[in-house]
Amino acid sequence: MNAAHPGALRPDLAVIADHIEPGARVLDIGCGDGELLAALTAKGCDARGLEIDPANVAACVGRGLSVMQGDADTDLAYYPDGSVDYAILSQTLQTTRRPDLVIENLLRIAPRGFVSFPNFAHWRVRTSLLVGGRMPVTKLIPVAWYETPNIHHLTIADFRALMAERGIRAERAWFFTNGRASRQRLANFTAEHAVFLVSRT
Amino acid sequence: MATHAEPSTSGHVLDLPQPLPLDSGRSLAGVRVAYETYGTLNADKSNAILICHALTGDQHVASPHPITGKPGWWIRMVGPGLPIDTDRYFIICANVIGSCMGSSGPASMADDGRPYGMRFPVITIRDMVRAQIALVDALGIDKLHAVVGGSMGGMQVLSLAANFGDRLNAALVIASTSRHSAQNIAFHEVGRQAIMADPAWANGEYYADGVDDPRKVGPEAGLAVARMAAHITYLSEQGLTEKFGRRLQDRDAKTFGFDADFQVESYLRYQGLSFTDRFDANSYLYITRAMDYFDLAEEHGGKLADAFAGTKARFCLVSFDTDWLYPTSESRTIAHALNAAGLPVSFVELSAPYGHDSFLLDVPELDRVVEGFLR
Repeated sequence: MNAAHPGALRPDLAVIADHIEPGARVLDIGCGDGELLAALTAKGCDARGLEIDPANVAACVGRGLSVMQGDADTDLAYYPDGSVDYAILSQTLQTTRRPDLVIENLLRIAPRGFVSFPNFAHWRVRTSLLVGGRMPVTKLIPVAWYETPNIHHLTIADFRALMAERGIRAERAWFFTNGRASRQRLANFTAEHAVFLVSRT
Repeated sequence: MATHAEPSTSGHVLDLPQPLPLDSGRSLAGVRVAYETYGTLNADKSNAILICHALTGDQHVASPHPITGKPGWWIRMVGPGLPIDTDRYFIICANVIGSCMGSSGPASMADDGRPYGMRFPVITIRDMVRAQIALVDALGIDKLHAVVGGSMGGMQVLSLAANFGDRLNAALVIASTSRHSAQNIAFHEVGRQAIMADPAWANGEYYADGVDDPRKVGPEAGLAVARMAAHITYLSEQGLTEKFGRRLQDRDAKTFGFDADFQVESYLRYQGLSFTDRFDANSYLYITRAMDYFDLAEEHGGKLADAFAGTKARFCLVSFDTDWLYPTSESRTIAHALNAAGLPVSFVELSAPYGHDSFLLDVPELDRVVEGFLR
């Protein structure tokens, strides 16, 4: 736990909050109930959110945060070029219709972005598919295939390939297993969850 | 609804010392602004919230209406311990100019000692806001903590932020729009034509000698029809179906006549008639005209984002999913413009069954948004 955000942030959110300097302008795309926005605001950032679920938006505004109800697939177009220092996609990428276009928008709106997503190539997911032959239901992917909002599952290797294809640089990457930081080696096999800090090359 | 202690109020009248310049190029001398205040202005005058009322609203936001005796129009929102907390904030609500509840309007006396009638100048939303700012000036308030309004009140909030951007810290716009659409103008024109087609309208010169209250005379049938047509636009189809369906009014069978067979007819007739007791027909003409003329982007070179270049205020826009008068797309357009202007903006579409009128009714999520945004 970090003194700057004592509310015990989810580990991927804590990494993101720790690596954004006070005073930065931030857009959190898919900000949920505003957990990360609140932590960023507390450390003096100008943090705003975009969120698709109206109940979550109402909860955010109710706690004094600036959040727009909208859809990452369609509403990012309304944000001017370079209007923030960081744009964040935490657990949002895999729910969008066109993740590649969302990433492009992310790095149009901000020079640097954080992208956090569950890794579909984690060994437990692989085993489940290999042995059971069924779409896996795990802690990070907790909903059955027919009702999951995660319509574009991806792996760490997939994300690296997309970055290479689109001229996007990974400045840093963090990996998590069982809610704790895990090693970089063989991350596509051992990590349940990844956070990338990306920028244009 | 839970009953709350009614906030104590003071009714006031401000006579503007200077003529008010108007968008039409004319100016209006001897302007009077009637307003109510609730709560206490703090020492550094930083806790004032201006509430802007809607078309047929008035300054009695949280205290009984002096004519109908009905409770204030937003008592569920404004009061001690409520989202717009009168224990914490100093609330100002003024009757808009053009109206008939004490502020200057067509029923006011002109210099010749006769009511203006149609000689009253056509006013705009921005003219209403100029009067609001004159009041804020007179109260010695440099910067409002927030300006809040629903429907036409929301238009005033937007206009105030666009034209007097350094006079507010926060703007809360509920169920509103940045411009009147062709459909909005069309419904208003039906209402105006109903009034003007009533022979009792008499070109607006229906104010009789010896009648102290303009609401007691005039084109009541026309005004009632105008209200009936408008009232439909404030409700949702779902709301009307749930409330009335095709149920008959105090009868078992259709009469094969033109009485109010259906409950919905009876309800609308009542809404129309009771409205004429509290509203002046000429005021209805003038205020609907002001709303029709409202186009905030047009006032600022055609680009809505440019309207907000002169403010640093925080904004919050709220729409309702069943509001077809000022649908969510209107609020989203404003939110996108504010975003493009780089201003901190929140926007949410709340779910409520009541149509446009949802902003006045029991929508708990609205309470949460209002309270959180103002804090």
